[in-house]
Amino acid sequence: MRRFKFWALTAMVSGVVALSAACGSNEGDTNASSSNQLNGEIAIDGSSTVFPIMEAVSEEYMGVQPNVRVSVGASGTGGGFKKFIAGETDLTNASRPIKDEEKAELEKKGIDYTELKIAYDGISIVVNKENDFIDHLTVDELKQLWKDDNGKVKKWSDIRAEWPKEEIKFYSPGTDSGTYDYFNEVILEEEPIVSNATLSEDDNVLVQGVEGDKNAIGFFGFAYYAENKDKLKIVKVDNGSGAVEPTHETIKTGEYAPLSRPLYTYIANKAVADKEQVAGFAKFTIEHAGDLSEEVGYVSLPEEDYQTDLDKLKELEK
Amino acid sequence: MDRLINKENVSRRMTGRILLNLIFKVLFLLATMFGLFVLGVLLYRIFTQGIGSLSMDFFTNFASRKPEEAGIKAALTGTIWLMGVVTPVTLILGVGTSLYLEEYAPKNKMTTFIQINISNLAGVPSIVFGLLGLTIFVRAFAMGQSVLAAGLTMSLLILPVIIVAGQEAIRGVPKDLRAASYAMGATKWQTIVRVVLPAAIPGIITGAILALSRAIGETAPLVVVGIPMFIAFLPKTIFDTFTVLPMQIYNWTSRPQEEFQAVAAAGIIVLMVLLISMNSVAVLIRNKFQKRY
Repeated sequence: MRRFKFWALTAMVSGVVALSAACGSNEGDTNASSSNQLNGEIAIDGSSTVFPIMEAVSEEYMGVQPNVRVSVGASGTGGGFKKFIAGETDLTNASRPIKDEEKAELEKKGIDYTELKIAYDGISIVVNKENDFIDHLTVDELKQLWKDDNGKVKKWSDIRAEWPKEEIKFYSPGTDSGTYDYFNEVILEEEPIVSNATLSEDDNVLVQGVEGDKNAIGFFGFAYYAENKDKLKIVKVDNGSGAVEPTHETIKTGEYAPLSRPLYTYIANKAVADKEQVAGFAKFTIEHAGDLSEEVGYVSLPEEDYQTDLDKLKELEK
Repeated sequence: MDRLINKENVSRRMTGRILLNLIFKVLFLLATMFGLFVLGVLLYRIFTQGIGSLSMDFFTNFASRKPEEAGIKAALTGTIWLMGVVTPVTLILGVGTSLYLEEYAPKNKMTTFIQINISNLAGVPSIVFGLLGLTIFVRAFAMGQSVLAAGLTMSLLILPVIIVAGQEAIRGVPKDLRAASYAMGATKWQTIVRVVLPAAIPGIITGAILALSRAIGETAPLVVVGIPMFIAFLPKTIFDTFTVLPMQIYNWTSRPQEEFQAVAAAGIIVLMVLLISMNSVAVLIRNKFQKRY
């Protein structure tokens, strides 16, 4: 009996090890002889908003270059920059431009980088389907709505007198997300957000929140609105030149301002120069980001923007 | 007898006592049913949502932007690799520690201090272990986002649980057995190997499997460590990067497209089957080898 227990324990441990080894070894070493087959690793991290685009690009890239090992993380824009600064990643995705303090730290570490725009997103303001009084909001009204008034409870009637005297429920992406940062910058102008807002890193939670509460208002990326059009009501945004609804076209032309925002990926110059696979991947990203971002729910940039990116990249390879 | 028991008094209070008994019975039954009911609803939702996405392709495909092509090849393999690191590390360190603390350590303030700290560690939020792993294994030891770094982080997370379970099991071995062994002239080590461990192994393994199940389901420490969410290759050594099932599921649940919710549900089914089978093994081992002294 004692021997049996010993063997049972040994079998359990070695079983796990053997299983993992077996699973690893069926990865075929298909070393193609063609000369433009690259190999090596590419480490990418950053914004969870940009993640679906990069996932798609990597998926396609590995179809072309099966020996290149691409890994894409989603630590958030800020978290991604931390890893980029630590030199752990070759590319980092961002749903807002790099901040001054991040620039300073990169400089301190001697890491040169290049900013590549890859797609557009339109931060969409949504309310409950049953909300029949709201049609559009001006940028000022948005600020009035979302900024904190010393914790004062806000009613719709505080914004426009003819609206109902009912308490507003707020749903916002979490403070770690680039979406929050961007909204905070262009609408709140760095003032604190209403203290009773429900914050969530998961945009589907925000969708459900707004869907289930008659007096709710929320904002998130365009893709989440586009997928839930039948459950939510979109609010047009008026920046002084008329109320504009976020659509594919208004985001692309920049007419949906100020809430249409570019999505970026930042690439380490050294990685492009030293690693052939990173240079190849960057080029592939720019060439395919347009189509692939459309496919996962974002809006592609005008053609000339991708050309600008390509030119920047060519400079690096010299 | 009549003098000792006041029958009148007893019968006067009888109805109330029986009623109270009934109330608590129903209350506890409701408490039990509440948990089961929620679990039932959850299981029903997951299965109806995810069963359609479960196919052979789901196991052999890598993650994809197209829900119908997305699979868990990388995530499932990664989870198994992670277990390949966590299992030996935690068993060796965990059983070693509990043996030392129970059998060798002198009963002084130092031992009590260590003991208290181990128990406290079991209550530390998992995300803190993630930060620890990021600082020590990923950065200081330069292991990067590898299976090894993540495995060691996860090992730290579940070690306290395994140590405490191991100690309980070892303590449960009757003193008489040890005394008998010593009386036969056995050394401490011989006693441990031939008497204590065989008797304690069911308890140790049960604790270990339950702790490993926790490691399989954890996401937070791995997110902090920086394990990627998308990967389309399998690790070849423990120094390669990887992803795990809970990360993959989290990735899918946060996507805007409704179809990904079904894929996520299918991933949850796989994770749950994995967990349930591990727990059943734990129960089986306990029932089969448990001896009463």
